[in-house]
Amino acid sequence: MSIRIERLRKQFNGYSAIDNVSFSVSDGEFVTLLGPSGSGKSTVLRCIAGLERPDSGGIEIDGEDVTRIPVQERKVGFVFQHYALFRHMTVLENVGFGLRVRGVKRREWEGKAKELLELVGLSGLGGRMPSQLSGGQRQRVALARALAAEPGLLLLDEPFGALDARLRRELRTWLRKLHDRIKLTTLLVTHDQDEALELSDRVLVMNRGRIEQDAKPQAIFDKPSTEFVAAFVGETNRLVGVVHNDEVQWGPLKFGSYSFSDGTRVAILFRPTDVYVSSQPEGSEVSGVIKTIQFLGATESMEIDLGKGFSITAHVPKGVAEQSGFTQGKKVYITVTRSHLFFSLGSA
Amino acid sequence: MKLLLKQKSVLPGFGPALGFTLFYLTIIVLIPISMLFLKTATLGWSSFWETVSSPRVIASFGLSFGTSFTAALINVIFGLIVAWVLVRYRFPGKKIIDMLIDLPFALPTAVAGIALTTAFSERGLLGSLLGSIGIKTAFTPLGIIIALTFIGLPFVVRAVQPVLEDLDKEMEEAAVCLGARRWQTFVHVILPILFPALMSGFAMAFARALGEYGSVVFIAGNIPMKSEITPLLIITKLEQYDYAGATAIATVMLIASFACLFIINRLQWWSHHRQEA
Repeated sequence: MSIRIERLRKQFNGYSAIDNVSFSVSDGEFVTLLGPSGSGKSTVLRCIAGLERPDSGGIEIDGEDVTRIPVQERKVGFVFQHYALFRHMTVLENVGFGLRVRGVKRREWEGKAKELLELVGLSGLGGRMPSQLSGGQRQRVALARALAAEPGLLLLDEPFGALDARLRRELRTWLRKLHDRIKLTTLLVTHDQDEALELSDRVLVMNRGRIEQDAKPQAIFDKPSTEFVAAFVGETNRLVGVVHNDEVQWGPLKFGSYSFSDGTRVAILFRPTDVYVSSQPEGSEVSGVIKTIQFLGATESMEIDLGKGFSITAHVPKGVAEQSGFTQGKKVYITVTRSHLFFSLGSA
Repeated sequence: MKLLLKQKSVLPGFGPALGFTLFYLTIIVLIPISMLFLKTATLGWSSFWETVSSPRVIASFGLSFGTSFTAALINVIFGLIVAWVLVRYRFPGKKIIDMLIDLPFALPTAVAGIALTTAFSERGLLGSLLGSIGIKTAFTPLGIIIALTFIGLPFVVRAVQPVLEDLDKEMEEAAVCLGARRWQTFVHVILPILFPALMSGFAMAFARALGEYGSVVFIAGNIPMKSEITPLLIITKLEQYDYAGATAIATVMLIASFACLFIINRLQWWSHHRQEA
């Protein structure tokens, strides 16, 4: 099923949770709403499910306006962060619930529920109670339950939020594989940028009830359209400077800024991974001293002092750092390979 | 048993605490109740049986258990609604209503009895209203049920309220997303979770109603075979200095209510375990 959201608005006690949001999702697509908590992403999802009624705007599912249609008739599968499993029912009864309330016979819904448990890799656990399952298993039961009623649309509200990091990665990969197999239109809400970038066909970055950028994951990361997106998706160095002769100078660093006129105050953002660090000049005129080195696993995070109170953060692959003999106090040369400039209202 | 005794806790003193509990229960509960049995035993089996199987006593048993059960049942339904309204909605005066719930706890039962009788007697505000449509409340079992419902209301409300407050709203949302109608969500999702709390509210209201005396005697009219409750019969026997007879009736009452509470407790345990297992 496809979705079309048209100028959606919703206020809670005078506070705008969603402010003029429009977007569409085509059939079989996996789209993620990414944003910090309070950005309105969950409210959008709840409006689509019918759990929340928008103040204005329209929601179309498969070309049909569903804004006034009750939840029960929208045929959406919803998965909650805290699973929301019925704790007094067995796993099988949980999964079969959607069919049972529609009057499907016991034999039929039991068969279907077993099929779905198999699909999510939990066959044989049908007789357990939800409290006897691990967090990851519970979330897979919740997913099976949402799929059992054969929805045309799957809505996932921070589905992995309550799980630990390793399990979250595992389930992420699994969910993407499942989506590739069943091709169900899916809308995911998350505040975890890795999750959004890895899973989605398209990412909508939300902030303060508005959509900041609607693009493919690669573009969100490489060509952020606003400062918020650049800062939210991945780590950044943020500097503020004033444009002078199509150039911004910040300490020893210079950035070309052709699209801004002279005297404009701009914010410059670049990722620590977009800083090339070398012990030899290699054409770079900018040098600094390594102030601190922090081990992050596959990479080393270095704070490099550029002198006169200016310093930046760079991430260097562990192997490179070892080979070049980067240690605290060592003099290094840097080049910023990619940066993003935004009009800035804020102060330095 | 050994395992139980060895359990470590952050608070020491399991031994003295258990000792005190047993001592306390013995003084306050066990000794007085055993006196009941001892006194009853002085009667001998045949006169015991004669006392408790007399038609007037049997009728009072039927009345007491019947009205207590009905009142507790009514309280389960209305208590659930009251608790629901108090937990789920915001409205002006909510705090006052919340306080009113406890009034039957605080009021001396005789005061409650007089108040109810005034309202429900034939010339009372509600009594005359009901009388005009042919329903007689004062001096009938119906009046007794009203009084027992009054004193039992707080039990169900206070038992259900915390459980309802803890109820995960997402569970209801999950149910409607899966296509459940409102009543289906209520019957299949909410009610099973509230069931243990409803049962304990029922049990407490029922137990309280069985022993209730003060609020009932005024409105009941105490007509033998018709509106005479067992506690009143016990008092009557005591007033006639028939102590053994009074304790005989009391013993039957005690055993019967103990059995009732036991059954309710098992039901509760069973439904609780089904959820938490």
